[in-house]
This record gives sequence, structure tokens and C-alpha cells, in this order.
Amino acid sequence: MKLEHVNGEKKGEILLFALSTCGWCKKTRLLLEELGVDYDYVYVDLTEGDERNEVIENLKKWNTSLSFPTLVLNNDKSIVGFDKASIEEELG
Amino acid sequence: MSSSEDDSLVEDYYKKLKQEAEISGYHLNSDEEFTKELLSSILVNQQRYGYGACPCRLASGKNEEDLDLICPCDYRDPDLDEYGACYCGLYVSGEILRGEKKLRSIPERRPTLEERKENAGQFSDIGISASALPFPVWRCRVCGYLCARDEPPEVCPICKVGKERFERFL
Ligand code: SF4
Repeated sequence: MKLEHVNGEKKGEILLFALSTCGWCKKTRLLLEELGVDYDYVYVDLTEGDERNEVIENLKKWNTSLSFPTLVLNNDKSIVGFDKASIEEELG
Repeated sequence: MSSSEDDSLVEDYYKKLKQEAEISGYHLNSDEEFTKELLSSILVNQQRYGYGACPCRLASGKNEEDLDLICPCDYRDPDLDEYGACYCGLYVSGEILRGEKKLRSIPERRPTLEERKENAGQFSDIGISASALPFPVWRCRVCGYLCARDEPPEVCPICKVGKERFERFL
């Protein structure tokens, strides 16, 4: 799974599953950048073939409805949707 | 395509959609920047897949699997009823438009592919004998408009989706 990296303050392993076309995903990225945290993201709509399958299998573990954005924190818990309050609570 | 051409495409789309929405009692999100970005993404999907799939959902690339999420999707109206906005936040209720309720990200209502396959044709086995009616009744999956005629209309007179979005209701 190829990830894009955004540099910032390390607050654990933060992985965002997003779509390049989605408004709430964009708001989530903007919030992460406002909070200045270090994170990885993948635009699932831009993946193809085997890579797409791999990303989907991975996402399924965190969110069976396969919706976006899904934010995974420390390989331990996930926040589904643009849930500003929860994201700020975890990473603020 | 240059970005100024893109901008004018989005601008035209926005004007047309806003007018159509208001005529039928729907409202676009009044955050113009957010709304136009969504519209621009629908145009991207239109180019990418050949159909204007919902920008906030992962399209399969297969039109027949994604008929339910071509914008406006089959889930817009139930989401407007329950949350005051569609999943992407493109369409909002009067309450949200007037600022009486806050727009937020809402849960996904679309069933999984397996569930969608199971639900397909749910109206085909209802008790009324269709042959007893002088005309079949067609239902628009998007807005619920019903009409009794031989075939569904080419375009839904209420929400403007195409004939392929209708199902046999009675
Ligand atoms: S109505 Fe809203 S949720 Fe449905 S496809 Fe359009 S933008 Fe997406």
C-alpha cells in the first residue's frame, strides 16, 4: 500500500483513508494540517487493481462500511467521518 | 482542459443545479466554495467513470453497480429527512440552510454490495396483482415520485434523474 506522507509533529502512527474527490476528506486533511501532526494518507479512488484490493482489505479491518474519511490512530482505533471533536480530542 | 475552462464548467453546473434544486424544493449547501468543489469532483468522476458518481463514496467503475450513487444518489432524501443533509453535504434541508441546525458529517447509509444484491427487486413480490391494474406504477428511487403509465418518463419531472433510476412499484 503506497502512502503519501505529511510531515509534522509526531503524535503516533496516523493513517488516513480518503478519497481525492470528497469534501469531508479534505476538511479532515485541513484539520490534521492545522493541528500540525505527522501523518500518512492514501487516496483510495486513485488506486487500481491489486493495490486497490490491498487498501480495501486493510480499511475493512477498521470500518466495514468502507466509508471515507477513516482515520486510524496507532493501529489501534479509528475515527470514521469528519468528526472534528474526536480528532481534536485525540490529537489536539 | 485549462483550469479557467474547468471553472466555467463548474460555474454553469452550479447555476443549473441550484435552479433545478430550488424549483423542486431542494437546497444546495450555501457554502459556495465547498459546494463548487463537490460539483467539480462530480465532473471529475463523470470523466473518470463515465457517470457522475458521488464524490464522497468509492465508485466501482461499473455503471450498473453504481446506479444508486449517481448524483443525486438514492440516499439523498432519507438522509435529508434524518440528518438535514445528504452524505456529502451538497444538498441541505431548509433548517440547515436557515442556520437553525448545524451541518455535520453523517454516517453512511448505502448498504454493502452484498446487501444491495439481496434487496434488488424488493417490490416485485408484493401482494397486489399488477395485472389487475390498467397501468404499471413506476417509482423514482431518488425522490419517490410515482406515475402510472406504460413506461417510466425519460427524466423524472421532480428530481431530474434518468429513466434507469425508476423501479416497478405496482
Ligand atoms: S446527493 Fe449528495 S450524497 Fe448523494 S451523490 Fe450527490 S453529493 Fe453525494
